[in-house]
Amino acid sequence: MTQAVVPVSPAGQTTETTNPRRGDRAGKNRAPRSWRGWGFVGPFMLVFALVFIAPIAYSLYISVFRTQLVGGTQFVGLDNYIRAFQDPQFWDGVGRVSLFLVVQVPIMLGIAMLVALAIDSGRLYGKDFFRISVFMPYAVPAVVAALMWGFMYGPRFGLVGYINEFFGWSIPNPLGPQWILLAIGNIVTWSFVGYNMLIFYSSLRTIPVSLYEAAELDGAKQHHVIRHIKMPAIRGSIAVAMIFSIIGSFQLFNEPSILQKLAPNSITTYFTPNLYTYNLSFSGQQYNYAAAVAIIMGVFTMVIAYVVQLRGMRKDA
Amino acid sequence: MTTTTPTAATPAATTGKPRSASPRLRSRKTHSVDKPRRNWLLTVLTAIVLLYALVPLAWLLISSTKTQPDLLSTFGFSFGESFALFENIANTLAYDDGIFLRWLANTLMYVVLGAGGATLLAILGGYGLAKFTFPGKRAIFAVVIGAVAVPGTALAVPQFLMFSQMGLTNTPWSVIIPSLISPFGLYLMWTFATQAVPTELMEAARMDGASEARTFAQVALPLLAPGTVTVLLFTTVATWNNYFLPLIMLKDPQWYPLTIGLNAWNAQASTVGGQAIFDLVITGSLLTIVPLIAAFLLLQRYWQSGLTAGSVKE
Repeated sequence: MTQAVVPVSPAGQTTETTNPRRGDRAGKNRAPRSWRGWGFVGPFMLVFALVFIAPIAYSLYISVFRTQLVGGTQFVGLDNYIRAFQDPQFWDGVGRVSLFLVVQVPIMLGIAMLVALAIDSGRLYGKDFFRISVFMPYAVPAVVAALMWGFMYGPRFGLVGYINEFFGWSIPNPLGPQWILLAIGNIVTWSFVGYNMLIFYSSLRTIPVSLYEAAELDGAKQHHVIRHIKMPAIRGSIAVAMIFSIIGSFQLFNEPSILQKLAPNSITTYFTPNLYTYNLSFSGQQYNYAAAVAIIMGVFTMVIAYVVQLRGMRKDA
Repeated sequence: MTTTTPTAATPAATTGKPRSASPRLRSRKTHSVDKPRRNWLLTVLTAIVLLYALVPLAWLLISSTKTQPDLLSTFGFSFGESFALFENIANTLAYDDGIFLRWLANTLMYVVLGAGGATLLAILGGYGLAKFTFPGKRAIFAVVIGAVAVPGTALAVPQFLMFSQMGLTNTPWSVIIPSLISPFGLYLMWTFATQAVPTELMEAARMDGASEARTFAQVALPLLAPGTVTVLLFTTVATWNNYFLPLIMLKDPQWYPLTIGLNAWNAQASTVGGQAIFDLVITGSLLTIVPLIAAFLLLQRYWQSGLTAGSVKE
């Protein structure tokens, strides 16, 4: 409660503070402060230091150097960062993922929310079938999702050509340069709608029935219940879903990377910042500059995720 | 019986959900807070999303029964001239000296060691964070939550550079070690352990002279089972579906997981002189997703209860 960083976090309400609302369960019997807990947390933190903290430190370190064929590696201060801020290819990618973020994320979360509310309302025939089926695409790897949709979009044995021929329509090629972002947005939405639906649904299920009964006694209509009981109750999980979606948008890589083979003319080497980082590193051997770009994107992501989190908390209070 | 108060019987006023609750209000009404009237219109509207989710999977299933000429010449949702599913599966498994089976074995190894290890670390860590107070605890929370926001792909390049200096790239370790950390899994176990393991029970075990390790193994671990299944499933999906990490770490096709292998098969068509094997890409895709979908269906009772616990507020 007191110092929770994420709206639904357990921090500070476990054994650290005596929470009046659940004092009889956790607060009274709190464990004495000692080093024993490290025995359990230690292994995680050890590996965490190796695969998270060390690489971040290492990329900070290499980002202030430059390696050249002639002259070797030399310290260049913030040059790589300045270069990134003046790099039109970097900004092109940032603009593209930002556009993706403001269009795709609201659509995806909106659909997920509507389906979660519909399933939770108990008015669907066969609601278990709905819940499990809508979630199913989450289990499909990004590679398979992108290949599958790519084939369906594609000219070779795609559906679009058939539909155009059959109905006499002229739907443009989804893999063309103008539509490729939309095509990718559709793949990502397809993959994650069910996952987000499940997050919302799980938190709707935690609302005590007594609240609905009280609302019924007061003669509240369904839309009142949604607005005044359901939405406030799942605000925390909306914030969590948004943070994960923002991170996902900014690190967009898999789908464009795979579709590149099917639509080489539509997806540039700097299509998203991550694709740019990847190509800088592995085609261009510009590891130092790539590290700087990756750090800038990481900071962007954290700042935006943090702002969303703060807003979510303020509404929460 | 049927003539209850009119307000309670109209659909607009029956708000709610089927769940076991206080029996006192439920007893006499046909459509109550617990059992609202079913609605066809809402079902049909929601079915649009259901179709959206299932149609591509149906396409994959239908396409994997077609031969390559049929794939190119027939409509996506109609079956081809011949039913070639089993032939396709046999071809997929046999192609290039059975490399697909090798990729499958690699994927299983990455899942068992990577996802299994990640789950183990998350259980231990989540339990420690939920049930103990120790110096540095708040710092851990801040660092781990902050780490969730760091794009995995932004980490992968420095991870690659570090691992290549340690001589670990192009070995299975380069995929397994980074898979061992699941901040989301840790967070889920932390929330779950807070609710699932009563501190009184731990105290009782300690009174009886049990060591911390024994208290954990015999008291806490059984109570954590639903959360464990949830975390295991999600880390399994993450590892099974991992693409970026193995893409940069591995050069040798002998160590590829299924995802990278399928992508390589697909790329083969666009390389000069490469043989187009779309039938194998499609059948291979189907074979890649079947185990995961089966796992989710079979274990749904566990992971859904685990997820619910993970999202409990308060």
